[in-house]
Amino acid sequence: MTLPVEHAVLLSVALFAIGVVGVFLRRNVITILMCIELMLNAANLAFVAFSRALGALDGQILVFFVMTVAAAEAAVGLAIVIALHRHKDTLDVDAFNILKW
Amino acid sequence: MLDAIVFYGLAALALASAAGVVAQKNPTYSAFSLIVTLCSLSGIYGLLGSPFIAVLQIVVYAGAIMVLFLFVIMLLRVKQEDHPAREGRLLKGVAFGLGLLLALQMTVVLAARGGTPIPSIYEASTPAVARLLFAPRFLYVFEATSILILAALVGAVALAKKEP
Repeated sequence: MTLPVEHAVLLSVALFAIGVVGVFLRRNVITILMCIELMLNAANLAFVAFSRALGALDGQILVFFVMTVAAAEAAVGLAIVIALHRHKDTLDVDAFNILKW
Repeated sequence: MLDAIVFYGLAALALASAAGVVAQKNPTYSAFSLIVTLCSLSGIYGLLGSPFIAVLQIVVYAGAIMVLFLFVIMLLRVKQEDHPAREGRLLKGVAFGLGLLLALQMTVVLAARGGTPIPSIYEASTPAVARLLFAPRFLYVFEATSILILAALVGAVALAKKEP
């Protein structure tokens, strides 16, 4: 029995949509970063599904690179969150408007 | 048959816990919810014939990245969000448009069903992926990612350091 690759792609689309909704709705910076991780995972799932459907291994390599970038992004993002928390003593994104004019 | 049952079970678990990430008020619960999503996605990768990515998902995401998130949550003593989620007419319009886009994408994918035949022989074993990764085609990109990680490491230390 072969698995329907279309359904894996649909799962990826739904996960990405949930991530976008989270970024729009939540105010906590850490939750927003986690929603970004969710979107990166949805992209990874699409890569794996299409790699399976097309019988090519390049998708697997791309997933590897996406994971590397996600790790780097999480490290730098969380460092920025710590620095912001030190200055503003809050994690509410609406409080971080120093670059607005 | 068993494959299909496990696949749809894991997919439902991934969707439910992903919704939990967004719905939870406390970021700690969001983080645990995200770990469940990542683990079920790892199972799906295994079912799709990618054992290397499945193990990498557990080690890198559930192991390293989520521990980093939990460390920061515990370090900062995060309080729950006391005011409700953002609302507004613009945001509602954006949400409606995105929902429409999602529905459109789902219809297109379901309508295009059966376009490309799925190859029955699919070799995504760790040696095969490693041979491709260390071939000249991707070798330089692979080395570039190590520089990226180093830069991110130095940047994170510089950003989070206490100012003198």
